[in-house]
Amino acid sequence: MINSDAENNVISLHGVTKTYGNQTVLRDINFNVQSGECIVLVGHNGAGKTSLMKLMLGLTRPTSGRLEVLGQNPAFSAAVAQRLALGYLPESVAFYEAMTGHEVLMFYAQLKGSSESECENLLELVGLGDAAKRRVGTYSKGMRQRLGLAQAMLGYPQLLFLDEPTTGLDPILRQHFYELIDELQNEGATSIISSHSLHEVEARASRFVILKNGDIVAMGSLDELYQQAILPVRLKISVAEGQASRVAERLGSDVNIMHINNKSFHLSCLNNEKMPLIRHISSLGEDVKDMQIMPPRLDELYAHFMRGSEQ
Amino acid sequence: MKNPSVKILWVLAQKELRDGLRNRWIGAAILLLGTLAIALSLLGSAPTGSVRASDLDITVISLSSLSVYLIPLIALMLSFDALVGEFERGTMMLLLTYPVSRWQVIMGKFLGHVLILFIAIFVGYGGAILIMVMLGSSLEGWQAYLAMMFSSLLLGAVFIALGYLLSVLVKERATAAGSAIGLWLVFVVLYDLVLFGALLLDEGQKIGQQLFTTLMLISPTDSYRIFNLSLFEGVSDAAGIAGLASEAGMSSSLLTGVMSLWVIVPLVMTLFVFQRREL
Repeated sequence: MINSDAENNVISLHGVTKTYGNQTVLRDINFNVQSGECIVLVGHNGAGKTSLMKLMLGLTRPTSGRLEVLGQNPAFSAAVAQRLALGYLPESVAFYEAMTGHEVLMFYAQLKGSSESECENLLELVGLGDAAKRRVGTYSKGMRQRLGLAQAMLGYPQLLFLDEPTTGLDPILRQHFYELIDELQNEGATSIISSHSLHEVEARASRFVILKNGDIVAMGSLDELYQQAILPVRLKISVAEGQASRVAERLGSDVNIMHINNKSFHLSCLNNEKMPLIRHISSLGEDVKDMQIMPPRLDELYAHFMRGSEQ
Repeated sequence: MKNPSVKILWVLAQKELRDGLRNRWIGAAILLLGTLAIALSLLGSAPTGSVRASDLDITVISLSSLSVYLIPLIALMLSFDALVGEFERGTMMLLLTYPVSRWQVIMGKFLGHVLILFIAIFVGYGGAILIMVMLGSSLEGWQAYLAMMFSSLLLGAVFIALGYLLSVLVKERATAAGSAIGLWLVFVVLYDLVLFGALLLDEGQKIGQQLFTTLMLISPTDSYRIFNLSLFEGVSDAAGIAGLASEAGMSSSLLTGVMSLWVIVPLVMTLFVFQRREL
């Protein structure tokens, strides 16, 4: 966990717990977010991602513990002015259906003190330029999501909260969407993104926070998560026609061999056993034609942490 | 300050106003109120031969007697959905992540809805009078008519505020709609029925003049009635209750004061509940 410079913390949570009735949705959450970071909250539905965002937005108050966003308790009235620097895209965003896309965005822009030209630029940017004069009630899921993104980006926010932002977007838009976030990121914005999967924002995330049933089960960069998880590495060995089982046998009995067929087989080992094994394989000579190293996939990493806390 | 409070209030009020125009709400209300005003003043001018009062005085009597039912209904229809609707649809959550305080949300909506009522009442009732004047009616007694328009707006504001309180307290829109009808029945119909029923049964034993006056005064709709029926001499003569209000010590400022309290108290309570609410 990065916790060196408290001055740089855009968000800090100290022992934050949130309960609704007798249901605990977040349990003793501690972490800090520094300026410019891109934090990805990962977890299944009901893991507490949205609850955590609502707390940081000041829509709800923690049952215990304390949190600060941009140096203020977000639920206090003093934090209202700070919301100028904040953008939020809720999960399944809802708008005033009877208004046109342009009217909706103008309404929000006026509340943030943004100009009409900024609105029009944003509508173009998210590809709603042609639909701007249509009622939001006629918009598809993807169009609503894009309008949601446009309103979140009003006023060049320093701090972006995006709750499952790419659901309902096609792959091209998804790409486009991340380019927009990158732009804000390059200008020094901090973003908190929630997601079902680690794939989503893999390259952009500075840190992942993996939530399960209201607990943080793991936190860190992708590399750190791999180190924590100690997942097996898989190797795919291609051999000369018909040599697969012979080569496999020569590797010895303590190697875990899978998917053996005529000209290739897979084997798995722990990361620290990898190099000795590779040296062994390369000593086998001409029979080995090719070797592919397959690091654990993100899915496996995620599954590992989801399983891990059950044990 | 990049965005002063007043501007935020205006942006929020404007949205309500535009919603009212878009869904033809304002147009329908103007048409309804205007048609009634014209119909009643036409009816009112028929028997004037036998009554000393001017046409407008008669119109004030009949129109205010009808407004006391109609204006609360219109106001409640505007307001019952104002908060619970946005909670249910999820638009409130997004709105509150903007630099907008919760009191601004309430007051902005209130401003917008009062403006809608203002337009409906002044264009509807005012337009009706213009038409009547063009048809040859006299403008004598216009002060009472103008006072009726303002007091109607105040009565409307009372029920907008009560509608918000309802809207912030219930969990579902359907409940809000039902409760709004209940609220209307209690304030506009049942309160008076019970009061007069008690008065009849009591036969002047326990309920004295003082208590009865107070009980009348507490009700915003009765305050509205007294304000319109008895404060202007011409009107109260025509209504057959000359001098009643002043005898009971009710001045126009007391009556409007009572009604204003009925605006402020529910608004403050709404805000109190809203401030504590988690989205």
